[in-house]
Amino acid sequence: MPVKTKKAAAKKEVSSSQNSKSMAVPKLKFNTGWEYAPAPESASHIKLKDRYDLFINGKFVKPSSGKYFETINPATEQRLSEVAEANAADVDKAVKAARNASDRYWKKMPAKERAKYIYRISRMIQERAREFAVIETLDGGKTIRESRDIDVPLAANHFFYYAGWADKLEYAFPNRNPQPLGVAGQIIPWNFPLLMAAWKIAPALATGNTVVLKPAETTPLTALKLAEIIQESGLPEGVVNIITGFGETGAMMVNHPGVDKIAFTGSTEVGKIIQRAVAGTDKKLTLELGGKAANIIFDDAPLDQAVEGIINGIYFNQGHVCCAGSRLFVQESVYNTVLRKLKDRIKTLIVGDPLDKNTDIGAINSRSQLDIINKYIEIGKKEGAEFFQSGCNLPNKGFFCRPILFTNVAQSNRIAQEEIFGPVLAIQTFRTDEEVIEKANNTPYGLSAGVWTDKGSKIFNLTTKMRAGVVWANTYNKFDPTSPFGGYKESGYGREGGLHGLSAYTTL
Amino acid sequence: MNVVKERIVIPDFRLSPRVDQVGQEERTSRFTKRSIKKETKVEGLKLALSMIDLTTLEGKDTEGKVKQLCYKARHLHDSYEGLPTVAAVCVYPSMVRTAKKSVGDSGIKIASVATAFPSGQASTEVKIEDTKFAVDNGADEVDMVISRGKFLAGDYNFVFDEIAAIKEASGDARLKVILETGELVTLDKVRRASDIAMYAGADFIKTSTGKIQPAATMPVTLTMLEAIRDFYYNTGKMIGMKPAGGISKAKVALHYLVMLHETLGEAWMTNQWFRFGASSLANDVLMQLVKEKTGLYQSADYFSID
Repeated sequence: MPVKTKKAAAKKEVSSSQNSKSMAVPKLKFNTGWEYAPAPESASHIKLKDRYDLFINGKFVKPSSGKYFETINPATEQRLSEVAEANAADVDKAVKAARNASDRYWKKMPAKERAKYIYRISRMIQERAREFAVIETLDGGKTIRESRDIDVPLAANHFFYYAGWADKLEYAFPNRNPQPLGVAGQIIPWNFPLLMAAWKIAPALATGNTVVLKPAETTPLTALKLAEIIQESGLPEGVVNIITGFGETGAMMVNHPGVDKIAFTGSTEVGKIIQRAVAGTDKKLTLELGGKAANIIFDDAPLDQAVEGIINGIYFNQGHVCCAGSRLFVQESVYNTVLRKLKDRIKTLIVGDPLDKNTDIGAINSRSQLDIINKYIEIGKKEGAEFFQSGCNLPNKGFFCRPILFTNVAQSNRIAQEEIFGPVLAIQTFRTDEEVIEKANNTPYGLSAGVWTDKGSKIFNLTTKMRAGVVWANTYNKFDPTSPFGGYKESGYGREGGLHGLSAYTTL
Repeated sequence: MNVVKERIVIPDFRLSPRVDQVGQEERTSRFTKRSIKKETKVEGLKLALSMIDLTTLEGKDTEGKVKQLCYKARHLHDSYEGLPTVAAVCVYPSMVRTAKKSVGDSGIKIASVATAFPSGQASTEVKIEDTKFAVDNGADEVDMVISRGKFLAGDYNFVFDEIAAIKEASGDARLKVILETGELVTLDKVRRASDIAMYAGADFIKTSTGKIQPAATMPVTLTMLEAIRDFYYNTGKMIGMKPAGGISKAKVALHYLVMLHETLGEAWMTNQWFRFGASSLANDVLMQLVKEKTGLYQSADYFSID
């Protein structure tokens, strides 16, 4: 195509000494003009008790120590409720209840009957979906849009899905006679409280095990609401027990000789501690730990959609996601364009009250997590990376952080190696396919990765070379109960979801 | 904000950027999750009204029909004070003279379709004549159609040159280029056609003639907005956007405004740079405005159809 010079009235506005390359086009203005009025989700319909006890053997019982601790709303720092602190005696009681239930009836119950309970639980979650979503948002800081549209539906789906497997295990493992392990001790994190509870409880019950579950100390409320539903569902006593507490409570559970299987989702650091603790015992263990996923944009990617995928990859759930796409790799030839689009998109993200339906990025889960994120921001600046954040307003109370990106990052920077677990993106460039595969795999983690290209053959070629348990192509952070999730290397082992999620809870 | 660069390099349209359909649908669904309430909603509804190109494009149009439409354009709902008028009235070239007289000094623009609308299957000479006739009769804006057959056959040079010729024939009138996205089908093609139109001289790019299904959709419109954004950054020139056909509900119009606001920003949020090509949208917007004021929904009978 020939080069065309445009002689128009517009030329008057351009100084003749400037050429097109040096003239900067004025940036687009977002978040001005038409401002969105507050659109808070109503919280008046939820029922929260002032104090919650431990759910053991089908009843809410007081903690042996009589101790309780507060749980707050990280967006306002206000107290929501207080929950019990389980000590060794309580852990023992819970494990014994689970053992009793397993031996006396749950192991022997016809699979179809087990399935009916699991199905009932999923229906009850659906019926109270709105209440669960609001409580999840209040307790953890995640936006109502996400808890309503993603967390709660997925949690109900997990129970539906595994209800279906309960009486089909002989088809899941043909000719192999899978049997339940017995009592499963499960410890879950604060980033997807209800969803992680569903990921743990559903497959355990489907395979005939009983459960003792410990939710995270900053987000116990939806697990306790689930306990109320479980009680109402008529699930036999002791099949599911939910005990709240701090790290020590989890440790006591891990060390209890009456537990046959441990399932843990959380930090790599604690995962290692648990691994050491069960070494030499015959407890089965699965771990779902941290990640530092590479999100890779090739020059033939559909760029605007890729930018959306970058945003979803790192700012979804405030970046509190083990599989977050926290390392962005952009092919150098499209780097400037991608960065421009990314910055424009970040300017439209709204940080604010998680209960507001228009909020894109909610509150950071706790002060300690906010401190960690701020620490890494300082490290990044010190390492010489260039820092960019949108100029949006933050609420003046609560724990909040703007979405941030670092450019000019090197593979050897700490912010490119260590998991930050916040809305902080580290951006590097690459030149060839081989280079980016090497750099993507050059990490002790191996949980997830994302690949963006319009070329189908490249997708198939690349995804098999990524050392990551979950690889997304032209999308990111997509979950489904049918799809197994888990990592390699220091991201843990074992899979949750799908057919693979069953085997960890059987004798196979 | 229109600071056009001195030298604009025309790209090879065969290499136009790819668009991922699934990703685009996800992004547009997120726009629909925005909760637009209270003063934001009232502002948005009034803005939407001011962006409407009130349209009649029927074989059976007459002077009488056009006169009545123009009156509605000027008096959308007199019992509600402080309403804007629509941006323009859109008619066939044969009705331009009548429409021009009927809108008087209200500031409402006359947009005329041209170039053998809606099919575009005619010689270039005929299309230029059609355009000149409309402009001579007083059209402020020309809505042309591209030659979809030539486009799909890969003759991008032809499509480009034709648009440039019509731009010249339009004189001072602003040129809207209708891509007829329903016939282009894929978002890749929509992007390509958008780029050709803008580099060839379009002032606005428009989705549809409204004569076939599907007409305007959010993924298609978003693709075109993104094309406009890239063009702006490459050349410094602003281009307007007009989704046309299939937008009949106020709620949907608000979703489009959210999409516009979050893709191109404040500068495009006026009827100088964005229009709704709609015939039945106005009354639904009016109904919503009255509801915001009074708290009650009135039946459609309380809003005149023209």
